[in-house]
Amino acid sequence: MTDDRDNNVWIETLQSEGPLREAALSDLRGMLLIGLKTALKSRSDFVDSLLDDFVQDSLVRILRSLNQFHNRSRFVTWATAIAIRVALTELRKRRWRDVSLEKLVADTGFEPSAAETSPDRESQPIIEAMYRIIGSDLTEKQRTVLLAEIKGMAQEEIARQMGSSRNALYKLSHDARQRLKQGLEKAGFTAQEYAITIS
Amino acid sequence: MSLSRPELQKMLDVVRATQPIEIDCDVCLMQVGEFAELNLVGKPIPEGLKAIEQHLSICDECREEYEMLCVALRK
Repeated sequence: MTDDRDNNVWIETLQSEGPLREAALSDLRGMLLIGLKTALKSRSDFVDSLLDDFVQDSLVRILRSLNQFHNRSRFVTWATAIAIRVALTELRKRRWRDVSLEKLVADTGFEPSAAETSPDRESQPIIEAMYRIIGSDLTEKQRTVLLAEIKGMAQEEIARQMGSSRNALYKLSHDARQRLKQGLEKAGFTAQEYAITIS
Repeated sequence: MSLSRPELQKMLDVVRATQPIEIDCDVCLMQVGEFAELNLVGKPIPEGLKAIEQHLSICDECREEYEMLCVALRK
């Protein structure tokens, strides 16, 4: 990506009015199109026809967030990161929108199943303790978020189905992981002990 | 249905990487550009960006976004 404006010029121009702003917007749109196309081309769920909408939605979010740019990277790098977030959030939403969070978590259950996991002798006690802690020490919401994330469900979709936001979800997930970590420590497992590879 | 082996592994890995204070996905998004630029030129990550590194080790979605940003920047 080539970029002739320095960061301050980008910000000042995008916050102004008139033809210079229109030119900057047009250039930024072009750079985001190239950046997104390059970034997304390896994804099987991406098609070129989605690009224009992704870029348009990204521009709206970038313009709304200009006061959060602190000049610590190139402006276009920062803007491209936002565009990738916008695009992937939409692609993930499409992939997960028909999956029921409730069913996904209910189907997972909290009991170790020897048939499915067949953990080795070394990891068996840790895994049993982990299931026990998930079942007893976590709240239902914490359990739901943690298990759905481990299953790979999109955070935006988990948040939508729980009537929450991605950041609130992160807080729930963080609390769940902390409780699980503390529970494992209380059960006598140090972080070093569960730095294992499940075979 | 229980968790598969890769899912159990992922669970242990994220629990091990969990820190008492972490940043969320929006804070990560605002700073990940700087992190990516430094990484791509092989510069050391300053203390102020260690939280980004830790967040990327926990959050699959932000990590995926970061990897795609690196792909775009390499071009």
